[in-house]
Amino acid sequence: MSGGDVTTETTQRPLLETRGLTKVFGSLRACDGIDLAIAPGEVHALLGENGAGKSTLVKMLFGVLDPSGGEILWKGEPVRIGSPGEARATGVGMVFQHFSLFEALTVAENIALALDGNVPIERISEEARRLSVEYGLPLDPSAHVADLSVGERQRIEIVRALLQNPELIILDEPTSVLTPQEADKLFETLAKLKAEGRSVLYISHRLEEVQRICDRATVLRHGKVTGACDPREETPSSLARMMVGGEVPQISDAGLGEPGEVLVEIKRLSAPSRSPFAVALRDIDLTVRAGEVVAIAGVAGNGQSELFDVLSGEVRVSDPAAVTIRGKEVGRRGITERRLMSCGFVPEERHGHAAVPTMPLTSNLILSRHTSDRETFLSGGPVGLINTGAVARVAKRISEAMDVRKSGEDPAAGSLSGGNLQKFIVGRELDRKPLVLVVNQPTWGVDAGAASRIRQALIDLAKSGSAVVVISQDLDEVFEIANRIAVINEGRLSPPEPARTMTRERIGLLMGGFHDGTGQGHAEAIDAH
Amino acid sequence: MRIELKKRDGLSSLFSVLSPFIALGLTLIAGVILFLFLGKDPVRALYSFFIEPLTEVWSLHELAIKAAPLILIAVGLSVCFRSNNWNIGAEGQFIIGAMAGSILPVLFHGWESPLVLPLMMIFAMIGGAAYAAIPAFLKARLNTNEILTSLMLVYVAQLFLDWTVRGPWRNPEGFNFPETRNFHDYAVLPRIIETGKTHWGFGFALIAALVLWFVMRRTLKGFEITVLGQSARAGRFAGFSDKKMVYFAFLLSGALAGLAGISEVSGSIEQLRPVISPGYGFTAIIVAFLGRLNPLGIVAAGLVLALTYLGGEAAQISIGITDKVTRLFQGLLLFFVLGCDTLIHYRIRLVLGAAQKGSAA
Repeated sequence: MSGGDVTTETTQRPLLETRGLTKVFGSLRACDGIDLAIAPGEVHALLGENGAGKSTLVKMLFGVLDPSGGEILWKGEPVRIGSPGEARATGVGMVFQHFSLFEALTVAENIALALDGNVPIERISEEARRLSVEYGLPLDPSAHVADLSVGERQRIEIVRALLQNPELIILDEPTSVLTPQEADKLFETLAKLKAEGRSVLYISHRLEEVQRICDRATVLRHGKVTGACDPREETPSSLARMMVGGEVPQISDAGLGEPGEVLVEIKRLSAPSRSPFAVALRDIDLTVRAGEVVAIAGVAGNGQSELFDVLSGEVRVSDPAAVTIRGKEVGRRGITERRLMSCGFVPEERHGHAAVPTMPLTSNLILSRHTSDRETFLSGGPVGLINTGAVARVAKRISEAMDVRKSGEDPAAGSLSGGNLQKFIVGRELDRKPLVLVVNQPTWGVDAGAASRIRQALIDLAKSGSAVVVISQDLDEVFEIANRIAVINEGRLSPPEPARTMTRERIGLLMGGFHDGTGQGHAEAIDAH
Repeated sequence: MRIELKKRDGLSSLFSVLSPFIALGLTLIAGVILFLFLGKDPVRALYSFFIEPLTEVWSLHELAIKAAPLILIAVGLSVCFRSNNWNIGAEGQFIIGAMAGSILPVLFHGWESPLVLPLMMIFAMIGGAAYAAIPAFLKARLNTNEILTSLMLVYVAQLFLDWTVRGPWRNPEGFNFPETRNFHDYAVLPRIIETGKTHWGFGFALIAALVLWFVMRRTLKGFEITVLGQSARAGRFAGFSDKKMVYFAFLLSGALAGLAGISEVSGSIEQLRPVISPGYGFTAIIVAFLGRLNPLGIVAAGLVLALTYLGGEAAQISIGITDKVTRLFQGLLLFFVLGCDTLIHYRIRLVLGAAQKGSAA
């Protein structure tokens, strides 16, 4: 990165400026008098915990939300951005944290929907393919979005924003699903954009990243600006302090003893892909013992969700012996039976998989625990009466244990910010003290404070004698919490190796399919990008 | 220029409650305009349509009799719709249920016993459920669109009833009229109170509404229905089976439609005829939505829709307009209910020019 050469430009008129920008939801001031100035050709970081108001702020800049007060100035002129269309016409492009894609349509069709004018779809495909290769974000324009993983969906968003040739591009947590190599490519992209004189508003929780690529940073806390700085002159911990208003608790894995008995065993697990674009699982072997955290690293869309579904029992496999939990063959048993064996599961997608967004937290608590906690939550025998009092008490206990910040006593799950909902969903399982916990992307889109709390909780669970499987694309996270690390690539799993001897380079190679000499072709394909 | 629907930020709870009443009001206003164009005095017309039937005791009984099948079918449909299963074929399940329930009094008319009536009810529920099992099977197994299959099966049921009543089940002592035997006394559903015509069909409707209201509100089964309706994936994560829910919802609503069918036949008509329903199975869809898919709301909505049937008959006699106005009012009501619900969730925006694309967010 060529840093520091743009700082002189801060004296000139800002490209985009906000003055006292405010957004009120009911009694909550999500954004409270935000002053922000983005100079032309600068990469500007927006830092803050979940619920700090970052997403609300950028939604106002992109015309998704109407401000309750204050003004937005574009090149010094006050503007009213009433819709994303107007934002794009002004010159603002946006990559959302929660994707805005139509699942039934192809990649190219989704891109076409966001473009103005009648460009033939073939041209768009061609252009998208060119841009995606140029910026190192491989994409098949004819694939259906429904069949793509979170990581691939994000690539569409990035390419889509780039296609519109914006003067300011807003990226909301763009690297959270990328491998280090992919992230590096993205940073090259950003450097290219910056060199072209475009500005970038970069939202991230990854402080190292912010320090590496951003010229200036604005820090938000509880809807207010709490700091503006040059991130390169700060340390990660000083930035974190500005964000959370205190020290970020350090993760401690002290006391993690020797692993005990085998709790989860996968033997020669193969599962055909359930749709033309899904990944088939091939010959997976994995053993997880009591008292250890095994992490499964890998790039999005290499079979992580498929493996999770098989582990959780949402998808059953024909060979009962392929999955053994606590000595019992469970390949053909469903998720409820596995939960009764003291297993807990946390899927990747929060909305519509781990939780029903329209339902309150208490209902979402019942969602995963109606049978395992039958004695507490239900009465009336076969009638199955829900004891709302008992459920509310446990929901409250979880919210307190995980520090879930919410508006009201029992709000709809969808009204919580991503990190707070994730804390609740993880806490929902931890509260049971499960002997086996399988988590897919535990801290995706979660701020530093919440992420460290979740990671610490996972380690503590292993310490207390449970087996924990963490599927994660976040290598920092993998190294932070895992005793052993395996890598998934195209539905194959590398043999787990002790975290102490594992290196990032080795993981990078395994992600490229280099294990056991089976994935050479694929690795070459990656090099070709 | 283009019209866009934009999702509202917050949902007004006041207007969610008011919505059915606003829809009723708009229906009345549309009715006034309609009658004006027909050259009738709108006040008198609306009076004879909506008020007159409520002024006499006998017509209140008629109201309950008409409301009974609507409520019974609609509470079953509410479970279907809440679980995202679109059973449009309740009319057919009503007919098949009525036929299955009529087997004993028509074919075994010599057997007169207190057992007959309960068995008729059970046969009817089995018949309705079995008929609803066809679209359920097609959906669960072959992923067929249940809206089409359940709707098409309505016409099969109607023609099957017509053929049966004119053919094998025709009353041998009935001078070749297309009717079955009259039901014997043991096969007739008794009245709730001796002084009026309201039979136990209305009782069944109220019981079904109360039970399902309780199930939806307080039990795990109700929770399962709601979760699977909101998100099948989250439902699978909870360990609920979406396929089993397809069967549950269809069989339950089919059984209730069948019970409604036999209650109508055994309580009101007392024999089978080529046509036994003025479209209860379809009107019940309106009832279910007007009642906001809430079983207690459905009781109220069922009474309102029953009134349109009575009002249609009354208006035909007193002001001489066709009883097709009934269906017109029902259609208007559904239109305004759905319209109000949409406008509570979205606001309309006029977009000038075609250059701007809609929100992708």
